[in-house]
Amino acid sequence: MGFYVAQFLGGLAQASSLFIVASGLSIIFGVTRIVNFAHGTFYMVGAFVAYSIADRVAGAWGFWGGIATAALVAGGIGVALERLLLRRLYQSPALFQLLATFGVVLVGQDAVLAIWGPEDRLGPRAPGLAGRVHLLGQAIPHYDLFLIVLGPVVLGLLWLLFHRTRWGVLVRAATEDREMTAALGVDESRLFTTVLFLGALLAGLAGAIQLPREAVTLHMDVAVVVEAFVVVVVGGMGSVTGAFLAALLIGQLQAFGILLVPRITVVLAFLVMAIVLAIRPYGLLGRVPALPRGTADAVEPPLRPASPGLIAVALALTLVLAALPVFAGDYVLALASETLIMVLFAASLQFIMGPGGMMSFGHAAYFGLGAYGAGLVVKHFGATMVTGLVAAPLLAGLAALVFGWFCVRLSGVYLAMLTLAFAQIAWSVMFEWTAVTGGDNGILGVWPASWAATAAPFYELCLGLSIAALLLLRRIVFAPFGYAVRAGRDSPLRCEAIGIDVQRFQWLAFVIAGVLAGLAGGLFAYAKGSVFPTYLDVPVSVDGLVMVLLGGVQSLVGPIVGAVVFHGLETQLVRLTDYWRLVVGVIIILLVLAFPQGIAGALGGRLRSGRSGTGEAGR
Amino acid sequence: MSGDSPLLTVEHLNARYGRARILTDIDLAVDPGQVLAVIGRNGAGKSTIFKSIMGLVADRWGRVTFAGIDIAARGPAPIARLGLGYVPEDRRIFKDLTVMENLAVGRRPARPGLPCWTPERLFTLFPNLAEMRHRPGGRMSGGEQQMLTIARTLMGNPRLVMLDEPSEGLAPRIVEMMALAILELKREGLAVMLSEQNLHFAALVSDRAVVIEKGQVRFHGAMAALVDDAAVRQTYLMV
Repeated sequence: MGFYVAQFLGGLAQASSLFIVASGLSIIFGVTRIVNFAHGTFYMVGAFVAYSIADRVAGAWGFWGGIATAALVAGGIGVALERLLLRRLYQSPALFQLLATFGVVLVGQDAVLAIWGPEDRLGPRAPGLAGRVHLLGQAIPHYDLFLIVLGPVVLGLLWLLFHRTRWGVLVRAATEDREMTAALGVDESRLFTTVLFLGALLAGLAGAIQLPREAVTLHMDVAVVVEAFVVVVVGGMGSVTGAFLAALLIGQLQAFGILLVPRITVVLAFLVMAIVLAIRPYGLLGRVPALPRGTADAVEPPLRPASPGLIAVALALTLVLAALPVFAGDYVLALASETLIMVLFAASLQFIMGPGGMMSFGHAAYFGLGAYGAGLVVKHFGATMVTGLVAAPLLAGLAALVFGWFCVRLSGVYLAMLTLAFAQIAWSVMFEWTAVTGGDNGILGVWPASWAATAAPFYELCLGLSIAALLLLRRIVFAPFGYAVRAGRDSPLRCEAIGIDVQRFQWLAFVIAGVLAGLAGGLFAYAKGSVFPTYLDVPVSVDGLVMVLLGGVQSLVGPIVGAVVFHGLETQLVRLTDYWRLVVGVIIILLVLAFPQGIAGALGGRLRSGRSGTGEAGR
Repeated sequence: MSGDSPLLTVEHLNARYGRARILTDIDLAVDPGQVLAVIGRNGAGKSTIFKSIMGLVADRWGRVTFAGIDIAARGPAPIARLGLGYVPEDRRIFKDLTVMENLAVGRRPARPGLPCWTPERLFTLFPNLAEMRHRPGGRMSGGEQQMLTIARTLMGNPRLVMLDEPSEGLAPRIVEMMALAILELKREGLAVMLSEQNLHFAALVSDRAVVIEKGQVRFHGAMAALVDDAAVRQTYLMV
């Protein structure tokens, strides 16, 4: 009995810190409508600052003063972020805002690395709260009790702030209808700056108070932001009380889930999210989001079939690429093969995000499952490469068939989070099911058949398959099926009214994207000779997103440009500098600021406007 | 600023959404203390005129001067702070906020020489609202929401209120109350610009009228002249 009480209290303590970080994220999203990936950066900075101060100043002043300072420093970074970056992006599409904040994550990681170094840090115990209280034969840390109280206290303070101050009322008004709030004379920019301050402050606080409980590491930012997103989405985006309930739920599930299946806690949170979203598509206390207003709901310009010029360029490029083995060495060919695989992966993601209008944070699932599809038939049946390359899209497509059925029932950020949930679930299955998948050790010896064993033929294979897939996608987009999918994106209601089953079309599109991502994953397995669970992990999904967004979500040429630029950049920078994340992050931020429609999108817009002479840019 | 020069002047105002041109060279003016009706059928562009003046339409051009200040390139918040109040057609009450909180969002400092609105004063203008101070906006009837949205804008102590279709979708008794409220505002010295499809309502409260059709001004003159001009009414309003 006592043991379960101890688990319960531990879960509550965990829930408190989860809630504090998630509430900040929720508040920022509520007002600015920006999905702030950099929220974990505030958290990490908070933890490191608190550590440094507690390390230098002994005793209670160092520890508690460190926590307060850390929260303020994080708040200050939030203000700087709003003033320098977010402010310029409020009119940009949500995905570009996301991309920009992801750039901030990269910059933040390297900045923290430069300041604090790569070692994990262990914080001190809390002065005055280092002891334990004995309850039913179990020792409960005082600090856990403090955290258990802190969560509800923060919730109460936030409630008072939002209901008893004019600032809070303005924030709630802006959360509901930003444009109308402005039309009543409320200075949005000041409101947004202060909201970022509060949100970042809460994240910094949450990071700082974790000091006595867990190590401070360079990887905590992404881990925390993903977890905080789960809490926010389960609770309902923008609802602080919902975040509190969700944090309690997930905290408890993790505390008790660890008893049942020790290594499954990460997945438990995602499983909960998948279930909650399947039952309540907008989270526990979320409400159906109001239709976007003003400039945000600009309609996507229609896609145009390739012009004769573009076709000529594509043909010429294909010929040059096909002839590449004549004058390029093995290293270049291997790099080119990998880039082609990334192009295929990015194109499959662009297909559901652009024409399909479905935002996916979990496309790595299909890439990774494709790799496993190939790896597993090789490992267990000694299959040939051709069989492997058939199994790859098959397994990925099957997964997309199942996952997609749930995903297409949602939209926007909720949809994105559900795709992420499924990707994490798939990841954990591959990671945990050691008997079949080899777990963390992966599958080795996935080598190409003898006819494709050297760099040149394998490269030609990648080239052929990528081009075939790109042409297929282009064909689909301009077929009646593609019209239906795009119509469903632009106006689901009108589509339903003329008898198009929007969800069914989206589901099919989802499966097509999954199949092609699986093909990319299969090729990747053969390119690397091995398959690991990391292929399904968040960074791969993020890479895909960055490639698509860099290229321009609505541009069919976009994923090609994005994949080549991003993959090339990353590969080169990793060789040149330890701080490649910083460089990539800064480049991403600058690109978003300069081309809010993506590189290809911007160039296309410029070409079109140049031709028609109106100077009007689409999106 | 002399009392005779217009409070709001709009010259060659144009607006478009995407490729669709909504307004073409709109000219109009509102004098201090005057009520101007913008009349036109559904889709004529009335709401877009209001939104463009208020800085809510991104793609707009032309000259807009309010109280002697050029506001053509300003955003909604600075325009509202100059004393231009806007009541949107779809009301846009903050549904999660109570009546008192809705009013608090609209609150701005008093302006010398103009009536200073407090919740209590607004409750005498709209007695229904006094009964439901702590009711969330989402749980009010359409008529009550219409009163609240006007009251909310008045909390900003505007010099001019733009009312977009204030009588739309309201019961006749409430429409009558709206007309009385608008006349009361005029008595207080406020200028009012309202859009209407309902000529009778407009004729009841307005001094001057502008008739809009397909985004262009077709008539500009005294309200009485419009009421007498059967030809204009028939051509552009079908009444």
